[in-house]
Amino acid sequence: MTSELVDFTLVSVALLGIGIYGLAVKRNFIRMLFAVEIIINAANLNLVAFGRFLPHSGGQTLALFSIAIAAAEVAVGLSLIIVAYRMYQNVDIADFRSLKG
Amino acid sequence: MADAVFLALTVITIGSAIAALELRSLIYGSIALMGTLGGIAGFFFLLDAPFVALFQLAVYVGSIAVLILFTVMLVKRELIFKKIEDKRRKFAGIGLMLVVMVSLGAVFLDSGIKTITTDEPSVNFRDIGIDFVTYYWPALILMGLILAGSVTGALVLAKREDVENDQRTS
Repeated sequence: MTSELVDFTLVSVALLGIGIYGLAVKRNFIRMLFAVEIIINAANLNLVAFGRFLPHSGGQTLALFSIAIAAAEVAVGLSLIIVAYRMYQNVDIADFRSLKG
Repeated sequence: MADAVFLALTVITIGSAIAALELRSLIYGSIALMGTLGGIAGFFFLLDAPFVALFQLAVYVGSIAVLILFTVMLVKRELIFKKIEDKRRKFAGIGLMLVVMVSLGAVFLDSGIKTITTDEPSVNFRDIGIDFVTYYWPALILMGLILAGSVTGALVLAKREDVENDQRTS
C-alpha cells in the first residue's frame, strides 16, 4: 500500500469538519442525524487507520464496537424523530423548544 | 495504483458527505449519505480490514441508511423539500468548519505521524475474533444488552398511544 497514515487522518479531519458544519448550521432534525453519522464514521476511519499502522488488532475491534453502538444510537434517534414529528408535525428543531423541562 | 483508488474514494466520500447535507431533497440526501458510508467501507478495504469493511457495508449501508430512508418517507412531502437555515448562521458554520479543518490539519501535518509507515503484514481477522471472546467478552455481552435495550426502547417510543380502539383488533 502506498497511502500513508497522514492521508487517512486528513480525510477524517475533513469529514469531521463537514459534520461540525452540519450540526452548527442545519436545523432539520434528520439532517443533524446525518451530520452525527458522518462524524462517527470519521472516528471509525481513524481507529482502523491507526490500528493498521501500529499494527494492532485493537483498532479494528474498537471500530466494530463503535459501529454496533452507532446502530443502536440511530434506532433511538429515528424513533425520537418519529415521536417529535407526531407531536409537532414538523422536523424543525426550533419548534421543539417546549420539550425542554 | 493505490493512490488513484485513494483519490477517487476521497472525492466520493467527501463529495457525497457535502451532498448529504446540502441537497434540497432529504431523500437524495440520504442516498448521498449511503455514498459516504460506502466510501468509508472502501477506505477500510484499502487499510486491509475486509472484515470491518463488510461489517460497515452490512450495518451502515444495508440497515441504517435504509432505516433513515424509511423515516424520511414518513415525513410530510413539503417538509422533505423545505430548507430551514439562515444566511448568517451558514457563514458562521463555514468559518467554524474551516477553522477545525485548518487547525487540526496543521497539527497532524506538523506532528510525527507524517513519518509513520509500516511494512508489517496486516492484522489477521482471526485475531479480532480471539480478542472478542477473550479480552473483550464482558464488553461484547454488554454491547448485546445495549443493542437489545435500545431496539426495545425505540419500539416503545414509536408506539402509538392515541389509538385506543383500533378497528383491526376488534
